[in-house]
Amino acid sequence: MTPAGRAPDGAELGARLRARDLSAAPAALNLLESRAPEDRRQAAALLGQLSPAALGGEASAHVVGITGPPGAGKSTLLSALAAAWRAQGRTVAVLAVDPTSRRSGGALLGDRARIEFDSHDEGVFVRSTAAGERLGGLAPATRAAAEALAAAYDVVVIETVGVGQAETEVADAVDTVAVIVQPASGDVLQFLKAGVMEIPDVLVVTKADLGKPALATVRDLRAALRSLGADGVPVVSVSSLAPPSGIEDLVGGLERHRAALDLPGRRRQARRAHALSDFLAEHGERGLRALGGRREAQRFLDQQDPGLDVASLTAALEARAPEQA
Amino acid sequence: MSEQPSPHLPEPDRPWLMRTYAGHSNAKASNELYRRNLAKGQTGLSVAFDLPTQTGYDPDHELARGEVGKVGVSVAHRGDMATLMDGIPLDQMNTSMTINATAAWLLALYIVAAEEHEVDQQALQGTTQNDIIKEFLARGTYAFPPAPSMRLTADMVAYTVEHVPRWNPINICSYHLQEAGATPVQEIAYALSNAIAVLDAVRERVSEDRMGRVFARISFFVNAGVRFVEEHAKLRAMATLWEELGRERYGVSDPTHLRFRYGVQVNSLGLTESQPENNVQRIVLEALAVTMGRNARARAIQLPAWNEALGLPRPWDQQWSLRIQQVLAFETDVLEYADIFEGSRVMDALVQELIEGSRAEMEVVVDHGGAVEAVPYMKAALVDSHRERVRRIESGEQVVVGQNRFTETEPSPLGGDGEVQVQVVDPAIEAEQVEALARWRSGRDGQAVRSALAALARVAEGEENIMPATIAAARAGATTGEWAQTLRDVFGEYRAPTGVGEASGAPDTEELDELRDEVARVSEALGRRIKLLVGKPGLDGHSNGAEQIAVRARDAGIEVVYEGIRLTPGQIARSAVQEGVHVIGLSILSGSHMNLIPDVITALGDAGAQVPIVVGGIIPEADAEALGESGVAAVYTPKDFDLTRIVRDIVALVAERHGVTAQA
Ligand code: B12
Ligand SMILES: Nc1nc2c(ncn2[C@@H]2O[C@H](COP(=O)(O)OP(=O)(O)O)[C@@H](O)[C@H]2O)c(=O)[nH]1
Ligand SMILES: [Mg+2]
Repeated sequence: MTPAGRAPDGAELGARLRARDLSAAPAALNLLESRAPEDRRQAAALLGQLSPAALGGEASAHVVGITGPPGAGKSTLLSALAAAWRAQGRTVAVLAVDPTSRRSGGALLGDRARIEFDSHDEGVFVRSTAAGERLGGLAPATRAAAEALAAAYDVVVIETVGVGQAETEVADAVDTVAVIVQPASGDVLQFLKAGVMEIPDVLVVTKADLGKPALATVRDLRAALRSLGADGVPVVSVSSLAPPSGIEDLVGGLERHRAALDLPGRRRQARRAHALSDFLAEHGERGLRALGGRREAQRFLDQQDPGLDVASLTAALEARAPEQA
Repeated sequence: MSEQPSPHLPEPDRPWLMRTYAGHSNAKASNELYRRNLAKGQTGLSVAFDLPTQTGYDPDHELARGEVGKVGVSVAHRGDMATLMDGIPLDQMNTSMTINATAAWLLALYIVAAEEHEVDQQALQGTTQNDIIKEFLARGTYAFPPAPSMRLTADMVAYTVEHVPRWNPINICSYHLQEAGATPVQEIAYALSNAIAVLDAVRERVSEDRMGRVFARISFFVNAGVRFVEEHAKLRAMATLWEELGRERYGVSDPTHLRFRYGVQVNSLGLTESQPENNVQRIVLEALAVTMGRNARARAIQLPAWNEALGLPRPWDQQWSLRIQQVLAFETDVLEYADIFEGSRVMDALVQELIEGSRAEMEVVVDHGGAVEAVPYMKAALVDSHRERVRRIESGEQVVVGQNRFTETEPSPLGGDGEVQVQVVDPAIEAEQVEALARWRSGRDGQAVRSALAALARVAEGEENIMPATIAAARAGATTGEWAQTLRDVFGEYRAPTGVGEASGAPDTEELDELRDEVARVSEALGRRIKLLVGKPGLDGHSNGAEQIAVRARDAGIEVVYEGIRLTPGQIARSAVQEGVHVIGLSILSGSHMNLIPDVITALGDAGAQVPIVVGGIIPEADAEALGESGVAAVYTPKDFDLTRIVRDIVALVAERHGVTAQA
């Protein structure tokens, strides 16, 4: 929402993003995050400009998810990654999600503090959002924001809240998921072994500068992956503090994953998950039951035209569950 | 029948070193001030440097803007140091320098200045503060990441033990921790954990048989608050724990090496803007805490002034505080007795309580991997303690006379209401220093400087002690900014944690509940939750106010972006735009507000953003008016201690600017 009297035009903002006008990003996100009814309509118009149909294909950005426990070093790593991507001439948008205080509804959005970039550089965009009441690790607007920015930036990164293994949402919102592990913390290892956690696309062990504990963690993770038959998943050791190390390896690892990816398939999956998540946010578990449950809803979505954008998919779900709509 | 030992000392003790923390503008003006102070009976020097010097920037650096010569003296090269110490006998003077990230550099300049006066470094006496962990935790003038910072400290200790044997290469500071909200237990525990980190680092650089001497060179810089009985107990507790640490961890046995030596600046956080004359009583009582018991008496004292919360003290204000010390030392009988608390069961029990609490907290630090690794933990714990302190003052549980109780007052004859009650630094100084620096650069042997800096970079990359190459660069005429930039290029930079994310929520009060409802109502009308950017432009490291506002705003239901200290106006404007905030709160206590706040407003304008701005900090009334005229919506100063009320104002401001109608 902008000061009274100057209603933002969603379609115009969408068109600007499509033309890779990065200065449209802040206003676009203000709109996508808003719950005011008029803003919601404008937001839909904005996203309409950026659907695969409108773009003539999938948005070209590499959409990366960075997840892992609080304090593991996600934001600091992003600072180093952003610098490496900028050095390659790529523009970078970061969507950082922080937890919301349950008692007050407020939030302290602190990731930005760790993500350092030249303030004159227009090629880096960082937006912090609060997760609200959601548990999946993303904020209500994160999926829409990633979709919108993917049309304008070369790399879009989502940094999740980082509160445990329940952060499953990011996996179907991005092209590549990197799980960040801090040396000598057993959680991720246990989750992997126990099958509680899905195997990520890339594993990153931070704080290599600490020496031995980092090396040991890399070794343990590799062993665990081998025993799960997932030798192909790269485990990269990095240090994000100056002088950084391992960042090039990580950039390469992410790149290789993306190159080997069935991008249209993954993006289609992301849009379907997004539509379902929007539907759920609007209609709740009752709405889901009207669709015959989650599996049934997914099956229904899988049958839809692959070119449909999120709004159309959500509308299709709503049409299917008429008593809820 | 046992005879009572005499309570009287055969000879009264010698008084502690009396100092005044002073320095402003340029080396010449500060030198004149030092000489006047010494003539008044001050017995040691305590140099206050300006923020660019402390953080390793030359006066012409972008980040130095508004700060040159402001809160201390600008020292950019050996020429400045020579002027600063002109006419002061360096072989006799005891000089304390509040310098940390750039301590190695300033010590080098001091050594070179002494050389020029034909005084050998062996004869130099004094202290470089040089405690970097507390910079990350509380004071904010760090420059390099933790590991290389610790290495610089260890290098200095190793160097001075051999070559400047009467120098205290480091003052482990608990002072600043209390100023950032620490409880007595936290003050003791974090300072001693910090000392362990330093000593462990030095142990790797000197031979084992030197550890006694190293241990003996470590002194402390502590705080004393107005709860002066407990504060005295705190110092006794520290002395006991220090001795124990020396014996047990470092195998020190010589009693002279094991003595706990400390200097003091008494509490300033509790000094008020309201009825500032009451600060004199507070200062006197706090001075008692560190002088009354012989077994834990300060070696050196500097006192803040009555107008602490108004701005920088003038020479007369500082003289008043020096006179407090002199009355205490020369008129009262504190120096005439053996320790007056020896055998006191109450004092002993109080000390024991603090020792036990501190041991437990030190264990927590160990569990986090030691002081360096525990910086984020300790920072968050300090923010939390400060949150509690603020809450107690707001609720009236903690009485602050003249501020939250007994607030009625007669008009003060000490001035006020527009009258200047503080030291004002001439804004022309900055331009003069920039010019003088240009002259210095053009007058020196550029080739010699370049090769000295290249040698410095090589040493920094390797393991060799940093001091000889630093001294060589000082001799060659390198500048403070050049020395620091050379090391930044090798070591990289660092931003300390803010601690706010981890701070626990404020307990519910009716006021806060009402405010949350209002935040929810306005947010609903806006379409998304009210978002506030709390920004700290410039080199100012005073983070308490910004942190507490950020935490309270969160507790009121606001989404708060806080990136910590030392941002440029351009960075703040960028953040505000990218984050889509509804309002910006800027905090400046260092006196550079008249430069930096207009800069932020301009940067926002350039970015095409229309975001209302409120400002807090040490802002004189006349400046507040001028800021109002340039578009600042509101200005808050220390007398506005009710944070919930400030946040309520901010919410109302957002509502008004966005056309959200007031609640019926
Ligand atoms: C505590 C303190 C410190 C601590 C800071 C710890 C920390 N992490 O914050 C330590 C000991 C480290 C410190 C160091 C220095 N200090 Co100091 N310090 C103070 C002191 C005593 C109290 C400030 C404080 O924290 N108050 C408590 C908080 C909660 O209150 P507050 O910040 O004023 O905030 C209130 C309002 O101002 C307002 N507010 C503030 N910020 C914001 C932001 C927003 C968004 C809003 C809405 C409101 C708001 O609301 C708050 C509610 O009450 C003041 C004097 C005083 N009594 O005020 C000197 C003072 C600010 N310090 C001063 C100086 C000079 C220094 C040094 C620069 C000295 C030197 N030469 O090295 C150093 C270096 C610091 C640096 N890196 O910049 C001077 C500044 C002089 C000037 N302005 O002209 C002062 C005024 C003392 C003096 N008279 O000389 N200091
Ligand atoms: N030693 C070391 N510390 C790091 C490194 N990366 C991050 N940290 C520290 O780990 C802490 C948490 O980092 P942050 O990026 O905020 O973690 P996040 O919560 O996962 O986003 C901070 O204190 C960082 O300084 C690293 O590579 N080495
Ligand atoms: Mg983070």
